[in-house]
Amino acid sequence: MKLLYFASVREAIGLSSEEYDVPQDARTVGDLVAWISAGSQEHARALHDLSRLRFALDQEMVTGDALLGAAQELAIFPPVTGG
Amino acid sequence: MKAVRISDAPIEPASELAALAGLGGGALASFTGIVRNDGGVTAIELEHYPGMTEASLSSLIEAATARWSLLGAVITHRVGIVPVGGAVVVVGAASLHRAEALEATAFLIDRLKTEAPFWKREHYADGTAKWVDAKASDDARSDRWA
Repeated sequence: MKLLYFASVREAIGLSSEEYDVPQDARTVGDLVAWISAGSQEHARALHDLSRLRFALDQEMVTGDALLGAAQELAIFPPVTGG
Repeated sequence: MKAVRISDAPIEPASELAALAGLGGGALASFTGIVRNDGGVTAIELEHYPGMTEASLSSLIEAATARWSLLGAVITHRVGIVPVGGAVVVVGAASLHRAEALEATAFLIDRLKTEAPFWKREHYADGTAKWVDAKASDDARSDRWA
């Protein structure tokens, strides 16, 4: 799956995108984020507080309990501040 | 007439709204968001999620046209660096009478602020920069359209 990071999340991780083979037991967005968090200190710092993060699965806004299903792309970012 | 545009160059409200003026309606309402000098801010930098941004803005216009009788609606949003005084966003709606255009314009900007994937960073005169935090008051304004 393709992971995309934006704004402060992108800066904290130091990357704008990554590719991961999703583990079998990661069923939801929250599961996958927890698994990615364990990958490095930068990931852990950027992703530890789910309440400050927002998610888009295949470009649709979802909550952390959304099922990953056959989605190709997960974006992780802080609450939006446009306009 | 429905139009969504993401621009990395300066935007002029009048030209973004021009197409709405010729649709035969009696009302054209608009909102322009402008970078203000807030505690030493010299510019705002806008990042977005290409692809999702356009889809998100288009779906806001679809929701507005389903809810109000509109002749047309446009949203143009800047990305990149916008100096103080520059336009960040232009939202416009045209209708036969004013109520629909005015309400649809407020709906579009309120929802855009909480749903469209843009992020602002403030740049200061001393060279520092800071990501802008989302505001609870923006959530409240967006929620009133639920």
